[in-house]
Amino acid sequence: MKRKRLKLFEKVFEGVLFSSSTVTSLTVLFIIIFLFSEGIGLFNSTPVEKKYKFIVSNDNTVKELSSKQLKDIFNYDITNWKQLGGKNDSIILFTINDLSTYFTDEELGANFENLPSKINELIKQQPGILAYLSDKYIPAKLDGHVIPLTKISVKDFITGTEWYPTSEPAPQFGVLPLILGTLWVSFGAILIALPLGLATAIFMAEVASQRLRNVLKPVIELLAGIPSVVYGFFGLVVLVPLIQQLFDLPVGETALAGSIILGIMALPTIITVSEDALRTTPISLKEASLALGATRWQTITRVTIPYARSGITAASILGIGRAVGETMAVLMVTGNAGVIPHTFLEPVRTIPATIAAELGEAPYGGLHFKALFALGIILFLITLIINTSVELIKTRKTS
Amino acid sequence: MMPFINKRVKQKAAFSFFSLISVMVVAILFIILGFIIVRGASVINWEFLTAMPDEGMTKGGILPAIVGTLCLVAGSMIFAFPVGVLSAIYLNEYLKENWLKKFMRSMTNNLAGIPSIVFGLFGMALFVNKLKFGDSILAGSLTLGLLALPVIIRTTEEALKSVPDHLRIGSYALGATKLQTIRRVVLPIAAPNITTGLILSISRVSGETAPILFTVAAYFIPKLPHSIFDQAMALPYHLYVLTTSGTNIKESMPMAYGTAFVLIMLVLLANLLANTFRHYFSKKNKMN
Repeated sequence: MKRKRLKLFEKVFEGVLFSSSTVTSLTVLFIIIFLFSEGIGLFNSTPVEKKYKFIVSNDNTVKELSSKQLKDIFNYDITNWKQLGGKNDSIILFTINDLSTYFTDEELGANFENLPSKINELIKQQPGILAYLSDKYIPAKLDGHVIPLTKISVKDFITGTEWYPTSEPAPQFGVLPLILGTLWVSFGAILIALPLGLATAIFMAEVASQRLRNVLKPVIELLAGIPSVVYGFFGLVVLVPLIQQLFDLPVGETALAGSIILGIMALPTIITVSEDALRTTPISLKEASLALGATRWQTITRVTIPYARSGITAASILGIGRAVGETMAVLMVTGNAGVIPHTFLEPVRTIPATIAAELGEAPYGGLHFKALFALGIILFLITLIINTSVELIKTRKTS
Repeated sequence: MMPFINKRVKQKAAFSFFSLISVMVVAILFIILGFIIVRGASVINWEFLTAMPDEGMTKGGILPAIVGTLCLVAGSMIFAFPVGVLSAIYLNEYLKENWLKKFMRSMTNNLAGIPSIVFGLFGMALFVNKLKFGDSILAGSLTLGLLALPVIIRTTEEALKSVPDHLRIGSYALGATKLQTIRRVVLPIAAPNITTGLILSISRVSGETAPILFTVAAYFIPKLPHSIFDQAMALPYHLYVLTTSGTNIKESMPMAYGTAFVLIMLVLLANLLANTFRHYFSKKNKMN
């Protein structure tokens, strides 16, 4: 009887263990599902708030307007329908703020009761009109038609060069500058961290005495343990002013500042992973090399490093991964200008920093909100690719 | 004879270069730590640690942020520690090398690689919005807990792996069941290393900012949290706010240095504790 109960208990315990590890493993899937469920709505939705419509004259032959075209129209970069493939009519923009330029108060009536019919008149008379109206002002009897807007596509999202998610009436959701900003800062960080990290790793694995190693190891761990917001703080109060003075810039918050801070933050990852890789080199190989009369340095460059090459590659990829995903430090030191960077001395804006800076202000469920989740999906995919490639490199080595 | 000397000189040069770089890396750490400790220490006094922020964060202390961070650390560990340790036991003691183990391991590895801001997004989507916890300590703790999970699993697994197999076999030979073996033999030996992992993940969680931005963190609350459904202030978020979006950034700078100092001290303490633990018990184990 007691034996049986013990067995049952063992089974129950195993069940608990199994379910907790299942929950853990499935978390990644949950994260994907939730990112997609919030973000996917951005695609195939129109770039303008639901309650607003663009209305054109019935004679207008333009079939569709994209968000980019709308922005150009509102900035007066496009002034004629001909530029959009329509008739030769200059575009007459009409929003509810322009009401007084067209109509007097008497015409509209004391309680604006004539407003819909007046607007309808205007649309009828002006072949070049483009009226941006809220649903409640759209006349019931309309002598014009609502012009459909191009839906946001994945391609436009990724290749769009402008990120103005809150601009009215045509928000721009182009993430190319953010992707490029992230890549610039991350590669800059790796350029700084890889030589330093690799040199330190070689020193720790091959040159330093055991005692020195015991000192270095906790230092590296501590470097990894400092919170990113503290790195950001240090960058902001020390590095940013320094860069500003050194290069005589209007602002010190630049890609360079981000790269340096991220480089320091990626150091522990690179050092630990490549040191481990260097240590896996079999001692017999090294001894054979030394026995042939090679110096320790020659052994390192010709035997140890080539043997550990895949581990070192994994270390650099992981370092890039750390840099790509880092949020707070970058947010604090890169200046967050959403434009495509040309030099390291310009402000840039990365994907994580954008999410962190804007999610608080994006209304729940709105387009901007969805766009930020779509950014989260991109970020997630990048890190997934990075992790998978590291795993591939590792398994290829063991086989 | 010449090429031999050449070789030696090259080696000497390379090695000195490497040691120079290593010294540089150590110097970076000490510059950052030193800077914050020197500037921050002058701000720290009893009032700073025990008073509410005052006059638009330019006076007073950081008590609500300290309490908030403690709540978040405790909350996340209540959730992450048991789940993490149980998962690690299952992975290491129960699962054989098969596709399931491979799958679970690669999933936890992936979890470890996810950027903290993505955890923040997920926490906001699931805990704050779908489960309607609102911006609360509960939502923040769960989000931080997810982030800590892979860390705990990894360290626990390493701890379990370091328990020699012959002890398990000896226990089975005496007629013990699997569960008895784990409870009486494996866990007691692995406990110090598991604790080290716990301390390190506490240090990690207490410094994270991005996951709490949209799940719990408040700019300023003049009272301490009363329930797990309250918003709370937190040290890392407080530091961020003070340096970037405070009402009077220049005036609140000393407060920022003080907050950074407290955060750094937390990390130093955790690392020191973890290292002492590891050192002490590895010595003790060797003696046995």
